Amino acid sequence: MDNTISPAAGKITIKISGLNFFYGAFQGLKHIDLDIHEKKVTAFIGPSGCGKSTLLRTLNRMYDLYPGQRAEGDILYRGSNILDPRQDVNMLRARVGMVFQKPTPFPMSVYDNIAFGVRLYESLSKGALDERVEWALKKAALWNEVKDKLNKSGLSLSGGQQQRLCIARGVAVKPEVLLLDEPTSALDPISTARIEELIDELKRDYTIVMVTHNMQQAARCSDHTAYMYLGELVEFGETDRIFMNPLRKETQDYITGRFG
Amino acid sequence: MMNPVYRKRLRAHRIGIALSVFAMAVGLFFLGWILLTLLVKGVDALHLRMFTENTPAPGSEGGGLLNAIVGSLLMVGASTAISTPVGILAGLYLAEYGARSWLARVTRFVTDIMLSAPSIAVGLFVYAVYVANVKHFSGWAGAFSISLIAIPVVVRTTDNMLKLVPDSLLEAAYSLGAPRWKVAGMVRLRAVRAGIVTGVLLAVARISGETAPLLFTALNNQFYSNDMNAPMANLPVVIYQFAMSPYDNWRSLAWGGALLITFSVLGLNILSRTLFSQKLPK
Repeated sequence: MDNTISPAAGKITIKISGLNFFYGAFQGLKHIDLDIHEKKVTAFIGPSGCGKSTLLRTLNRMYDLYPGQRAEGDILYRGSNILDPRQDVNMLRARVGMVFQKPTPFPMSVYDNIAFGVRLYESLSKGALDERVEWALKKAALWNEVKDKLNKSGLSLSGGQQQRLCIARGVAVKPEVLLLDEPTSALDPISTARIEELIDELKRDYTIVMVTHNMQQAARCSDHTAYMYLGELVEFGETDRIFMNPLRKETQDYITGRFG
Repeated sequence: MMNPVYRKRLRAHRIGIALSVFAMAVGLFFLGWILLTLLVKGVDALHLRMFTENTPAPGSEGGGLLNAIVGSLLMVGASTAISTPVGILAGLYLAEYGARSWLARVTRFVTDIMLSAPSIAVGLFVYAVYVANVKHFSGWAGAFSISLIAIPVVVRTTDNMLKLVPDSLLEAAYSLGAPRWKVAGMVRLRAVRAGIVTGVLLAVARISGETAPLLFTALNNQFYSNDMNAPMANLPVVIYQFAMSPYDNWRSLAWGGALLITFSVLGLNILSRTLFSQKLPK
């Protein structure tokens, strides 16, 4: 694996080393080593089934929900191994938020969608909670559209608005890391553009890891790109370098559309 | 112009539609016949007196169904209050732990058996364990016996509804660091509340007309009583007794009671369908 990120890229937030992942007997990830840098956007690209979502879902232990899935190796975050069975997954997930492929608003009002996560870990006064909800919705560039319908069901919003609501919900709990799993693949081009702008805004405060099957999106939004194939990390480096001057032939074939 | 494959398909389509319409017509015909007969024969009993007077003594004129209506409402109400929480919690348990736990698999199996258990067996069971021990029939015994019929219905619909909630929604809640009970109660259960309310209403509809379990438990009461510890009048048993009596006013009241129950159940079903069609989980 070629890793060409210069040490000047800043602090490492998450350090993945020797990560193997299994779906029962099938090995979904093979010996992954990867550094996620603070306040950068790291994109995972690769053809379907290459393991990019699997890798993302190890970072908040989402796979824990499904028996038969297990991970081996080290994912160091804040001095401890995420994969350690003693790791408190709820606390981990409160720090490492996630936004999914399809918008997943909860069956409650716009306001409660945001407040749900906040109430889990903080007991704020009504006023402080109102402020937090407004802050999160502004962060997700949704406030102006929903400020008059905070009591309406989250399900009543459009698809693009729902996805921004989910981003606001993720941001509201003030995590350090945001995991985005193909956040725009279910959205129209205009909503996609808005989410991409938003990612650019959010990386000032958050470390972002995103999975995308859209190479232009990776090129537009990310600082670092990891190309994966068949559960292996083929190449990882600064996005410009990966797209302009890939070191591996497989990467070049994929990004030029000759394969995939 | 028409190509032969398409023509064949069209013919199969028309035969299919014709058979479906016929099946529907048969069903609707008998439903219509039942409702019409009830209306024609029950409408005579359907006046204010039915709701204000108690069941008449043998040989006396007039009378109504007040004690039976009140008794049915009390027992169905008590039973709903018992079976709704028990059923929803059990359904939640099955949906959350059903795939993995041995106990949940047994619970689901037993629930399925209970769903098709003859209601007279349920009545006899409550008679044997409760009525025979306290040595008198009572409204509570009646409420317990119909609860045993309602609970499996609520468990099954809750379980089925909860399984419709997509994993992605649950993952979204977990991804915020929500503990399992909160995800289950505040997100999963809420996502399908319309479906669960439907299940409860269907269970109420089901127990409103049950006769056999009440015959062995609440028995009947000629007089007005809202004491749940005493034998209690109720519509199904009154209908059963009055329908086979030699008195004209009794038989007329039986028709009136049958009309009342049938249309209440019909109303509940329509209500549950409208509720359910409003909000299906995505």
